[in-house]
Amino acid sequence: MTLLASGDWLWALDGWIVVAGILCAVSAALVGNFLVLRRESLLGDAISHAVLPGLAVAFLITGSRHSLPMFVGAAVVGVLCASLTQWLRDSGKVDEGASMGVVFTTLFALGLVLIVKAADRVDLDPGCVLYGAIELTPLDTVRLGAFDIPRVVLVLSTVLVLNLVFVVGFFKELRLTTFDPGLADTLGFRSRWLHHALMVLVAVTAVASFESVGNILVVAMFIVPPATARLLTDSLGRMVWLSSGFAAAAAVLGHWAAITVPGWFGFGSTTTAGMMAVMTGCFFFLAMGLAPWRRRMGRRTSDQVADSAP
Amino acid sequence: MSELPLAVSGLSVAYQGQTVLRRVDFELPAGSLMGVVGPNGAGKSTLLKACLNLIPTSSGEVRFFGRPYRDVRHRVAYIPQRESVDWDFPVRAVDVVAMGLYRQIGWFRPVRKRHLDQAHAALAKMGIAELAGRQIDQLSGGQQQRVFLARALVQGADLYLMDEPFAAVDASTERAIVEILRGLRAAGKTAVVIHHDLQSVRDYFDRVLLLNGRVIATGPVEETFTAENLQAAYQGRLVVLDRLSESGVAKAVGS
Amino acid sequence: MTHISLAVPEIGSSLLAAMGRLGLGDHNTRVVVFASVLLGLASGGVGVFTLLRRRALIGDALSHAMLPGIGVAFLIGSTFGDFGKNLLLLLTGALASGLLGVFTILGIRRWSRTQEDAALGIVLSVFFGLGLVLLGLVQQIGGGHAAGLESFIYGKTASITIRDAFWIAAISVPALALVLVLMKEWSLVCFDEVQARVGGLPIGMVDVVMMGAVVAVLVVGLQAVGVILMIALLVIPAAAARFWTQRVSTMVLISALIGGLSGMVGSLVSAVAEDWPSGATIVLVAASIFGFSLFAGTRRGLFARYRERQSARRQAIGEVNA
Repeated sequence: MTLLASGDWLWALDGWIVVAGILCAVSAALVGNFLVLRRESLLGDAISHAVLPGLAVAFLITGSRHSLPMFVGAAVVGVLCASLTQWLRDSGKVDEGASMGVVFTTLFALGLVLIVKAADRVDLDPGCVLYGAIELTPLDTVRLGAFDIPRVVLVLSTVLVLNLVFVVGFFKELRLTTFDPGLADTLGFRSRWLHHALMVLVAVTAVASFESVGNILVVAMFIVPPATARLLTDSLGRMVWLSSGFAAAAAVLGHWAAITVPGWFGFGSTTTAGMMAVMTGCFFFLAMGLAPWRRRMGRRTSDQVADSAP
Repeated sequence: MSELPLAVSGLSVAYQGQTVLRRVDFELPAGSLMGVVGPNGAGKSTLLKACLNLIPTSSGEVRFFGRPYRDVRHRVAYIPQRESVDWDFPVRAVDVVAMGLYRQIGWFRPVRKRHLDQAHAALAKMGIAELAGRQIDQLSGGQQQRVFLARALVQGADLYLMDEPFAAVDASTERAIVEILRGLRAAGKTAVVIHHDLQSVRDYFDRVLLLNGRVIATGPVEETFTAENLQAAYQGRLVVLDRLSESGVAKAVGS
Repeated sequence: MTHISLAVPEIGSSLLAAMGRLGLGDHNTRVVVFASVLLGLASGGVGVFTLLRRRALIGDALSHAMLPGIGVAFLIGSTFGDFGKNLLLLLTGALASGLLGVFTILGIRRWSRTQEDAALGIVLSVFFGLGLVLLGLVQQIGGGHAAGLESFIYGKTASITIRDAFWIAAISVPALALVLVLMKEWSLVCFDEVQARVGGLPIGMVDVVMMGAVVAVLVVGLQAVGVILMIALLVIPAAAARFWTQRVSTMVLISALIGGLSGMVGSLVSAVAEDWPSGATIVLVAASIFGFSLFAGTRRGLFARYRERQSARRQAIGEVNA
């Protein structure tokens, strides 16, 4: 934070921070659309906490903090978390929210115990997982050709490409399985496998974002930009693009506000990730104010008709 | 009981910028059973909800026994559509019926034996005394409907507003409900019932309200439940069977 | 270590052994166990209604929504003297901010078509983000004094002090009393909101009191066991109790007992074994009870439902053969 205390915009620093923020935000918003539409918004939050034992076990097995085993461990536990939740709901007749709550808190507790028990060997700080440090992005770089590129930016770019390919490539299938999983199955789409794939990407996105921007930002980006876009459009395609746009805008404005706004009150800069989350909230409440106005413009949708049926 | 149990004047309801009910007027004399009939989306449920202040109205006045609703809540019982509650909830049938007494029991006071006895009696009246201890998700649709009706009965109200009590129930439940309605009328009570089956309107009710966004016609069944009025209410969605049209019996299709 | 791993499955005997070892004469242990049991009882009790109101994860949203309140409380405290880390002030800030979170969720549900789950997620992440922003500023004026402010409230998994125990008791007992006194009204609102409204029950107020009790229990629980683990204490006992009963009153009783038992066993285990953090251990005990209930629960457990299906099938076959 002291790096930015001056409040001056330095491209070498702030440029990379914003790039990392945008990459994380857009990756999360892309897959978040389908979580929000499936009414599983909090699964993003759940998975991002639940991956803790995955990280711990991956570390205990490999003994290293390399990214790849971490991703694998996180992805496995992420899918486990989603599947267990679904199983408890379907077979155990447990309330939807409660089944998620039971699974992710238990996994998190398990992860905590694992970490504490292996404290002498593991250097995983649960606090760091929750808060992250996007401000440190420019410090850890990798030499690529003639350029020094922050490692975080490389990792997040990979994730973004992965998510983009998935969402664009399976757009039609995702639309079908999101709105009518039953029909999708009868048509021969394996909606369950697509859902699992989605969960893997949610877990991977969460883990990739942890160390760079912190848990809370990725949770905000999973939920808030898609929910905002949902208020403004009824078309899935438009929703995906709008939410990505909001996410990117929130990342840019968030960093700008984090180093500028506190200055107005005589403070130094504050947490960038937190401010980015706050920005998504501003967009949402703005859209919430605008949505009734838009509705009065006379666009009735099938959704609204269903709502208003007496 | 000289006041009218229900008097509605100029009631309009708009939902998301769309007018659902326009200037509804009607009065209901005590001791009558009124069927509310109209095509899907005519605003039948909306009418009941608006009367009970469950949804905001844009204009108009509703009076129960000459007073605003909040003064006479204890004299009015409402039976919502069955789907409006979570039937997976951890309660027994008798507990649901006892909920009708919560108002009488009052804040902070527990449900006592005598309240449960009242609930048991109401279930017996509906012919399902043996189901009292049954978890509600193990009841059939008809049985659930009877539980709802029993809950209304324990309230000892003078006016009953029922939202499609006959929807998807078995024949014996339908008969039981009709019995109860007639019993209520004999005791001088009043009921408003949203109804779908046009064939049975004449058998069940003595008054009818034909609704389609506005009041098409209202009054005693013999005068009001005519082929012309039905045509006006259902428009293109009604086929009047020639053979039966003299008696005014018609069949709704396509809804 | 071995005697500890045994303590979870064989609660009875090992627990006695653990108690014997500690003699429970150790004052600190007694305080910790007492506070954990109370906290478990209270969160088990109020948790039933968050589950039945279909808001099981509201604890998740609200515990995160408390962070900005902590920041503001510290800001106020240090402006008007050296009260920055005054516990009462911080708890009040957290409580106020949590309640604002409740109102925001209810407002989003009412004035937009956003679904409940997304509304919870929005409040969770945006409030927490705001909290981080405020803490970033607070730390500049508080300097080292403000360091670790968030862990002061969140995730202090180590030990419960006498002062914590006092606050836990001061909130848990009234919360449990509220559950008992308002059980009838809360059940009605959870089961049939329309009937409650027609009967003239002030739904908004009932809701706010219900969620207020949840927020209050969360606030005192947070510093004892941490955020995620506090969410677990609200959800797991209630979800486990659901397998055993079909009545709200019994469910409240069972849920509170499961919560209390988890608190007792978990805190005892972690008192004996240092490398078992108390919060996480309490949750793992609760989760074990949940797993047991999932299979063995007499009403909705997997085994009971399997038996029910079998007997229904036999009956059907019998009818066909007859």
